[in-house]
Amino acid sequence: MLKKTPFHSRTSALMQADQWRRWAGHTVASSYEMTHDREYLALRNACVLLDVSPLCKYQITGPDSLRFLNRLVTRDVSKCSIGGMMYTPWCNSRGKILDDGTIAHLGENHYRLTSAEPNQRWLEDNAIGMQVQIEDVGDEVATLSLQGPRSRELLMTICDAPLGGLKYYRCVNTTIAGTPVMVSRTGYTGDLGFEIWISADRAEAVWDAVIEAGHAFALQPAGIWALDVARIEAGLIMLEIDYTPANKTMADIQTSTPLELGLQWAVSWNKGNFVGRKALFDEHQKGSTSILMGLEIDHKEFERQHHALGLPVPYPFLAWRAVIPLHCDGEQVGYATSGVWSPTLKKYIALGHLHPRCASPGSLVSIDLTVDRFRRSFNAKVTKLPFFSPARKKDTV
Amino acid sequence: MNNQNHYDAIVIGGGHNGLVNAAYLAKAGKRVLVLERRHTVGGATVTEEVFPGFKYLIASYLISLLRPEVIEDLELARHGLEIMPLESTFQPLPDGNYLAEWPDHDATKHEIARHSKRDAEAYDEYARTMRRIALALRPLLNVIPPDPTSTAPKDLETMAGVRAVLQQLNEEDFYLLSRLMTMSAADFLDEWFECEALKGSKATSGIIGSFMGPRSPGSGYVLLHHYLGEVDGVFRTWGFARGGTGALSQAIASAAREAGAEIKVNASVANVIVKNGEAKGVVLENGDEYTADIIVSNAEAKRTFLNLVDAKHLPEEFVSDVKRFRTSSPACKVNLALDGLPKFTALPEGKEALLRGSIEIVPSIEYLEQAYDDAKYGGWSRKPFMDALIPSLLDPGMAPPGKHVMSIFVQYASSDLEGGWNEEKKAQFLEVVIDTLAEYAPNLRDLILHKHIMTPWDLERTFALPSGHIFHGELALQQLFFLRPAAQWSNYRTPIRNLYMCGSSTHPGGCITGAPGRNAATAILEDRP
Repeated sequence: MLKKTPFHSRTSALMQADQWRRWAGHTVASSYEMTHDREYLALRNACVLLDVSPLCKYQITGPDSLRFLNRLVTRDVSKCSIGGMMYTPWCNSRGKILDDGTIAHLGENHYRLTSAEPNQRWLEDNAIGMQVQIEDVGDEVATLSLQGPRSRELLMTICDAPLGGLKYYRCVNTTIAGTPVMVSRTGYTGDLGFEIWISADRAEAVWDAVIEAGHAFALQPAGIWALDVARIEAGLIMLEIDYTPANKTMADIQTSTPLELGLQWAVSWNKGNFVGRKALFDEHQKGSTSILMGLEIDHKEFERQHHALGLPVPYPFLAWRAVIPLHCDGEQVGYATSGVWSPTLKKYIALGHLHPRCASPGSLVSIDLTVDRFRRSFNAKVTKLPFFSPARKKDTV
Repeated sequence: MNNQNHYDAIVIGGGHNGLVNAAYLAKAGKRVLVLERRHTVGGATVTEEVFPGFKYLIASYLISLLRPEVIEDLELARHGLEIMPLESTFQPLPDGNYLAEWPDHDATKHEIARHSKRDAEAYDEYARTMRRIALALRPLLNVIPPDPTSTAPKDLETMAGVRAVLQQLNEEDFYLLSRLMTMSAADFLDEWFECEALKGSKATSGIIGSFMGPRSPGSGYVLLHHYLGEVDGVFRTWGFARGGTGALSQAIASAAREAGAEIKVNASVANVIVKNGEAKGVVLENGDEYTADIIVSNAEAKRTFLNLVDAKHLPEEFVSDVKRFRTSSPACKVNLALDGLPKFTALPEGKEALLRGSIEIVPSIEYLEQAYDDAKYGGWSRKPFMDALIPSLLDPGMAPPGKHVMSIFVQYASSDLEGGWNEEKKAQFLEVVIDTLAEYAPNLRDLILHKHIMTPWDLERTFALPSGHIFHGELALQQLFFLRPAAQWSNYRTPIRNLYMCGSSTHPGGCITGAPGRNAATAILEDRP
């Protein structure tokens, strides 16, 4: 049986379309309405509420917490002050990525790590000889993600925290509906947004309070389909889709490294040793063999070829998740892993892993797509990520 | 000559087509000046805060026909344009029932089947047929109309292109198209459906903005015209621009400015300077003069040729064609600032999402025809047709938190009202509108914080629309394509050298399309690369 999240009583009451999906062994909504369009549009134009409770969460305490985390992940956790959060990947000893998530610095020797997959064993194995306690709090902590341009205003009507000045990747403790919660300026959408961390037994009360206040801000509960469009626009990678965690691969050819995924900014070379450092540094010096880049698929031609056959154009409103080869001069130079029509940018965008010789912005590669029942080749222009990054993502008021 | 005041091109009027035209000309390297008589650009494509905190769509309200080429060429997304499709239609009926169109195909079919199983099946075939015809005809929107009587190579080539477009259709669709072009929307819909409410809702596409009833011949074409629209490739979808239609004008203006165009507001053009049959410049109401090699008028045909240009420069037959151009208009716009959401008695619990789409008051074709009949002889509908929208449910920035704004397109109230329009008549008709809507949402009156109406009289005074006509003149067969605005002068050029037209009085006509602006730029750049 799949697990239910602490918000299930609320999310199931809203579900109109029987569109559920699995996420880390939990049941979550794909979209509440028949299509996800309005949920996506609300995300970029008003605000949405997403149940992201299936995230794995570990509480890390003890005098060696920092030393442990700095050994585990690629970023320098000592740079994260109390009340701060940071995004980071982590790797095996060969520098191959295992997972990615956030670390919140909650207090003296007190952190919370999130991950997409369960990591208890890997965490414990890396804590040997250290004074650190690792506790899986996944079931105890419910998480809501409130995202969109109006999210801040909404949240400010139901809690006293000074959210106007809360910077990107900072968090604050406050109270919503009489419940102590932590609010962080984080999300997976590339937009202005917050995540609310709640004791699971009080989850429903907080949900109700947010929904109630949301009426004034066109709040829309949203599912994973809407999130998937937003995260591709924001150039954010997804485990199992854009990379395979090293411990789930059968051969090296299936693995990726943070450098290949464009996460060099999240790898600290001068914090001392960490798991995978040697291999990553080696790659850093020799150069990666693959780089994650954005792709803008020639939608005009896609449209023209449909019209030539007398067909309307099937816009990919729902993000696709598939490995599609990319070619240049008749040779395969990489592969795309997810793509979608961006209603905000009016572009057909995709994430692609490319050989460095084809990875500079402006380069052209080709991608095979089907036009009704025919396979056709289309140009895709290589671009920097993210595709979309509005100023409001990081602004304060 | 003061070189400061000389431009490559001057665009008279900063409506959305004028801005599109200016942006294309500026992108082609021309030094362009846009002169707008109001305090803000956009013309009827504007959002205004008439009542503090509430943004009103005082004229245009939705976007569908905006050419995807314009969005792409001018990179309007980068300039801030965000369009949210309206995915549902809610049609409350006088007997307490309702008809809805949902964003999901199956859901809509089930809903129609509740009224007629037959129609639910016909609906699919109807939608597919209209889509096929629209898909084939769509390229014509971007064509500079040819003169079919001409043997000039350019005209012959374009005529061949038009023929190629029509050949895309199979025989059945071609015959259907020929009939649709000449028949009434009601007759056409009678061939497909039996449910009165469904026919009523579909018929509205055939009369929106036009002083015709659904039984008037020609309304079939207008029906098709509205099927040519799309949002992200989804045909027959209407979209709401975040911030209202004014935000679209701002995005186009931003693109034009970035390309180097200069835009002056509060700059009303008094007349076009013509010397030896050639346009040389413009004089403003305040006496300022600007000269240019190219003058483009975004103003409608009557204003351009009967007002801005001295008739002595024009051939008589052209002047009488322009005078004949049919512009009588029946369309009004009402905006309401509301203290909360109206409660429609027909709206079932749990289906409140329908309020985020179009709310249509049109129970049947008979209702619509009656509404037209009431207005035909200089009156107004006792029970008007309405296409309402609550923009604040899509974009909470349109009203203060917890409050709402309702935009209501209303038809029919004659531009040639018996005795003429005045403030008292406006107030009377506004009450007719509110009374009619309140029959379906009884709490409406208690919620109203502020009310505002734009009658054809106001639309004419505010935006210089001829008789307030939202399309700059009827979309009737006798004034479409190579006949818009006049035979031989449908290619954006005019009898005066270097004077061009780029507004809705030219092909393909009204609605927020950007097509006249873009096509005119193509014609201008053909003449003066």
